[in-house]
Amino acid sequence: MKETLRKLDFLLLPLLGAAVITGLWYFSSATWAGDLPNPTKTWTESKPYVLDPFGKRGEMDQGILRFTWLSLILVAKGYSIALILGTPIGFFLGLSKTFTKAFDPIIQILRPVSPLAWLPLGMVLFAKVKGVNISEMAALFTIALCSMWPTVLNTAVGVRAIPTDYMNVARVLKLSRWKTLTKVMIPATLPYMFTGFRLSLGIAWLVIVAAEMLTGRPGVGGFLWQQYNALVYEQIILCILTIGLVGFVLDRLMSVVERRFKTA
Amino acid sequence: MNDYLEIFNLKKVYPSAKGPQTIVQGFNLKLRKGEFVTVIGHSGCGKSTVLMMVAGLSTITDGGIVLAGKELDGPGPDRGIVFQSPSLLPWMTAKENVMLGIEQVFFTAEKEERELIAEYYLTVVGLADSMHKKPGELSQGMRQRVGIARAFALKPKMLLLDEPFGMLDSLTRYELQAVLLELWRKNKITAMMVTHDVDEALYLSDRIVCMTDGPEAGIGDILEVNFPRPRDRKAVMEHPDYYRLRAHLIEFLEVHAHKKKPASTVPAASPAVAVAA
Ligand SMILES: Nc1ncnc2c1ncn2[C@@H]1O[C@H](COP(=O)(O)OP(=O)(O)OP(=O)(O)O)[C@@H](O)[C@H]1O
Ligand SMILES: [Mg+2]
Repeated sequence: MKETLRKLDFLLLPLLGAAVITGLWYFSSATWAGDLPNPTKTWTESKPYVLDPFGKRGEMDQGILRFTWLSLILVAKGYSIALILGTPIGFFLGLSKTFTKAFDPIIQILRPVSPLAWLPLGMVLFAKVKGVNISEMAALFTIALCSMWPTVLNTAVGVRAIPTDYMNVARVLKLSRWKTLTKVMIPATLPYMFTGFRLSLGIAWLVIVAAEMLTGRPGVGGFLWQQYNALVYEQIILCILTIGLVGFVLDRLMSVVERRFKTA
Repeated sequence: MNDYLEIFNLKKVYPSAKGPQTIVQGFNLKLRKGEFVTVIGHSGCGKSTVLMMVAGLSTITDGGIVLAGKELDGPGPDRGIVFQSPSLLPWMTAKENVMLGIEQVFFTAEKEERELIAEYYLTVVGLADSMHKKPGELSQGMRQRVGIARAFALKPKMLLLDEPFGMLDSLTRYELQAVLLELWRKNKITAMMVTHDVDEALYLSDRIVCMTDGPEAGIGDILEVNFPRPRDRKAVMEHPDYYRLRAHLIEFLEVHAHKKKPASTVPAASPAVAVAA
């Protein structure tokens, strides 16, 4: 009996944890947090969004997966920009001491700046650019800028950590710069790069909510903020759970990819 | 004279916490074409430093190195290099590792021809069945075989080996010594090798260069080894000169050991000499 219980640990313990939190939630909404809808109410009010996940009743009234999809597309765009810019910057930082001395201080200062601070700057930046969707550009600017740093820094560390032996192979064979880069340096740095890519994706997803809130774009974050402003509190928790789940899945997917490159 | 590699007055100074340190000084050595020379000396005396300078991977503080009539300047594929760790690129298969160099050196050849070269040398070192494996899937010995195949495949002017068998068990070491000797004999490549192993030096070399202890290490003694070629390990060990040469080498190492702590391989070998002497 005890044996079977231990084998079910992986299932029972997380359920127990969830039950404790749900209990606290019931308790809080019944006592000190009067505005917080309890789990039952949250579920009944969220049902339409969950059971018809791809439905569209209006711009800001769509099924939860449809919102997620919109958010994911925005993140994918911003994240791509982050990788396309961040990887070469990381390489330059890793390769050149001069470049590091010139830009490392400014990077260290920009890195901890919150997305909430970047977004208004993005709006200002793109306000006078013709033919662009200002709020989308500002959101992409914010996502790219905030999520770039782990890629930049990890790539730089990876480049600095390329074993001298590998570089000596390139020197002895007199490989061209291009071949040295593609055949030696990039493969040697890949494991570090992918660690950076994974961390960057986590941040990109974190930033999306802030970006959508401030720009009012449709998506999980925008929906959450709109419901809050409309004094409909039931879906806030639905959104939080969705954001958390999606973030978790993204991280898992990336670590699978990352591990593939670690063993190579 | 048909000197092929000439090392003149080689000097190496490394900066250190206590100011510049002269590691090697006044190192003069000439190798004939096709000659196999080993360098022995105590750990830390500067053997690798000399070899790295010949390889062009370490800067020369003073003096010069001439290979086939041309003064060396920096590394190049004309010198095949095999170090203690074979430094294969782990994301490439054994064959791709060999091909990387072949593509650089024989860039005019057809792709098929280049593949044949790679396959030939990998087969010669005994890797016909494993050439599509990555270094991670190969044993230490197999990796070192790839390293040897890579060095020979480039048809270099000379071979530089730094304790290439140092990390292998003795059985594998014997096997690879034979593989190396056979390849060297067939390709008639000039070779300079660093080793700690007195028996290995005697089995492989035409001459053995004994380095004095550092700092300011130089050449203390040069030993001619005239065992007939092609060599067979057993015949070499039964040769009447074998133990005399061996004792001479060990004595040289032990005399210089008084200055420093003896290298770990030396005491282990000495009892055998005592018995033979
Ligand atoms: N990059 C470096 N900077 C400063 N000192 C160095 C450097 N490389 C080697 N040395 C010093 O030079 C000396 C000779 O080193 P080297 O590696 O040539 O010795 P070695 O004879 O090959 O020893 P071993 O038999 O242990 O391989 C050592 O005292 C070492 O501390
Ligand atoms: Mg050495």
